Amino acid sequence: MSDNNIVLRVEDIHKSFGNNEVLRGISFGVRRGETKVFIGPSGTGKSTLLRCINQLTIPDRGSVWLDGEEVTNSGARINYFRQKIGMVFQNYYLFDHLTALKNVELALLKVRGMSRSEAREKALTELRQVGLEDWADHYPAELSGGQAQRVSIARALAMDPDVILFDEPTSALDPELTREVLEVMKKLALQGMTMLVVTHEMGFACSVATEILFMENGVVAEQGTPDLLMHDPKFTRMKNFIGQFDSYRGD
Amino acid sequence: MDQIAFIFDILLPALMQGLVVTLKLIVWSAPFGLALGIGVAAGRQYGGPVLSRVCKTFVFLIKGTPLLLLLFILYFGLPSIGITFTALTASVIGFILCNGAYNSEYIRGALLSIKDGQMIAAQALGMTRAQAIRNVIMPQALRRAIPGLSNEFIYLIKYSSLAYMITVVELSGVGKNVATKYFIYTETFMVVGIVYLALVTITTVAVNILEKRVAVPGMNRAAAAQL
Amino acid sequence: MDVLSILIDWSPYIVAGIAATLGLVLIALGIGILLGLPMALGQVYGSRPVRWAIGIYVWFFRGLPILVLLFLFWFGIFPGIGLGDLPAFVVGAVVLGLRGAAYQSQIFRGAIQSIGEGQMIAARSLGMSRFIAIYSVILPQAMRIALPGWSNEYPNMLTDSAVCYAIGVAELLTVTSRIVSQTYLTMPIFLASAGIFILLNYGGIKVLHGVERRIAIPGFGSGAV
Repeated sequence: MSDNNIVLRVEDIHKSFGNNEVLRGISFGVRRGETKVFIGPSGTGKSTLLRCINQLTIPDRGSVWLDGEEVTNSGARINYFRQKIGMVFQNYYLFDHLTALKNVELALLKVRGMSRSEAREKALTELRQVGLEDWADHYPAELSGGQAQRVSIARALAMDPDVILFDEPTSALDPELTREVLEVMKKLALQGMTMLVVTHEMGFACSVATEILFMENGVVAEQGTPDLLMHDPKFTRMKNFIGQFDSYRGD
Repeated sequence: MDQIAFIFDILLPALMQGLVVTLKLIVWSAPFGLALGIGVAAGRQYGGPVLSRVCKTFVFLIKGTPLLLLLFILYFGLPSIGITFTALTASVIGFILCNGAYNSEYIRGALLSIKDGQMIAAQALGMTRAQAIRNVIMPQALRRAIPGLSNEFIYLIKYSSLAYMITVVELSGVGKNVATKYFIYTETFMVVGIVYLALVTITTVAVNILEKRVAVPGMNRAAAAQL
Repeated sequence: MDVLSILIDWSPYIVAGIAATLGLVLIALGIGILLGLPMALGQVYGSRPVRWAIGIYVWFFRGLPILVLLFLFWFGIFPGIGLGDLPAFVVGAVVLGLRGAAYQSQIFRGAIQSIGEGQMIAARSLGMSRFIAIYSVILPQAMRIALPGWSNEYPNMLTDSAVCYAIGVAELLTVTSRIVSQTYLTMPIFLASAGIFILLNYGGIKVLHGVERRIAIPGFGSGAV
């Protein structure tokens, strides 16, 4: 807590759905510019954790702090925090009735209250950032999965968030489309964006993450730099998990 | 020759006056009927338990009651408890209630067809629920509801004739009066019918144009599924 | 005078009104099927002139308000062809039925067209004639698919039947306004009448849903259309 660079702090998050306790006390802090990657078997609450951070899912216990202000129990102010905490979803969730450009503009106009011209300029800048300026006037149904996901990244970026949550951003994509999305994310990380990423892409995790958190059964089982988790013999669980994963792929 | 003179010199000029009243009924009813439909559908879908129950009951009662009886209640019934409307106002109110109730069913169906992710993504950007409904959910739902809503609009054109039953002399009322006066029934009502057919056909064409203009690639699947 | 005793006094008329309303609806629905189904078949399988003629019929009867149709037939067409003595009830039922046929034909047509081409090909490959294939393979499926849409015709027909008031059929709405004009108990009588219509409406729908469930075939999506 004393660390001034900590932008996001997550403390002791618990969440159950019925009798199923998905999150059993998760805590960590994120420094500005860090990329934290969450790895782990499906059903271990990684996506739920991200949704608890911006309160799309309300945790049963625990708190979330952004820049020293409490996000949990913030009442109507949650919409202020959600502007500061961007989110990118597995299935993009682009607004189906709006072009790429308007998808990025919408919250700038309606939530930020920007003028039309200001919002348009900002949206075009963000689309350029993800390499889709030429696709600004296309509708979601006319975009490939990779393009759609990049638009949704631009949409999140446009709000100038302090941190962006990526919820399995490439899980719905073919391998070649995965690469274009990961490249955009890598670029963002290098530019100093603070990111929390739930993913199965070990290559991305190892090359971009400042820290990997391996989650299992609702807790962070192992935690450390990619180098440490991959090579220190003290850590075995994540390596086992990745091993399983690879042998599946080998079939 | 006599008939042609009757149609062009007597019937059509009279019908034009009736047409003005019919158009007045439609123009006053349709926008409010749409607004009511949106309100009721949103209330049913996103309102609290009380509001949603109220909206549901409203639709239940209106759909169960013949429109003509509803008009009787508004025009002949309400004065007995001290509420008096002109026949035109009573008709418009009746049409709004009826049109609104049926519209709400199409809009609600369309709302249900919008995936949860749209709301989640909007909220994740910091929109309130109301902002998300207004800016993201409703624009999509209304597009998908166009075929149903335009059907209801066509019904409105045709059922506007029932206003005659509570003394509003609109298109069919004028027709009835002329037919009775000159004892020429078949031709008169055929011509009246053709005017309605023209209104309905123009509307159908206009709706097709509208639908193309607001069409969004990949968003017409629900509309196709309704057919 | 309280409302209940008035309703009881008038109950024979009310019952007669309900019977007339239901009679209109049932006869009209019957005419609607008897004409609507052949029209649907004609529109799908018929020659060009047949399809064209049916198209005009449908356009005409769906485009005109029920009130205008009733006036047209009651004052114009039936007297014009020497059937001026037909009781209003018969004219009302026939007009509702002719109009219903136009609507129903489109429900049946949609259902027939939704049956995959493979069904017809398979039937013909077994040596069935076109007629037998339609009768024994296409229609049994199409009718099930059409049923949910067809069920909607009942509440529509019920509420439309009240317009027969305009030509003096002694159905429920006519009876209602007669009671109102005699008793001056305006609102309670109107609301009681609305209550009866609502009961007939949703009661009938319940019955139809029961029928739908009974003839459902597992895995055969009757909710598809």
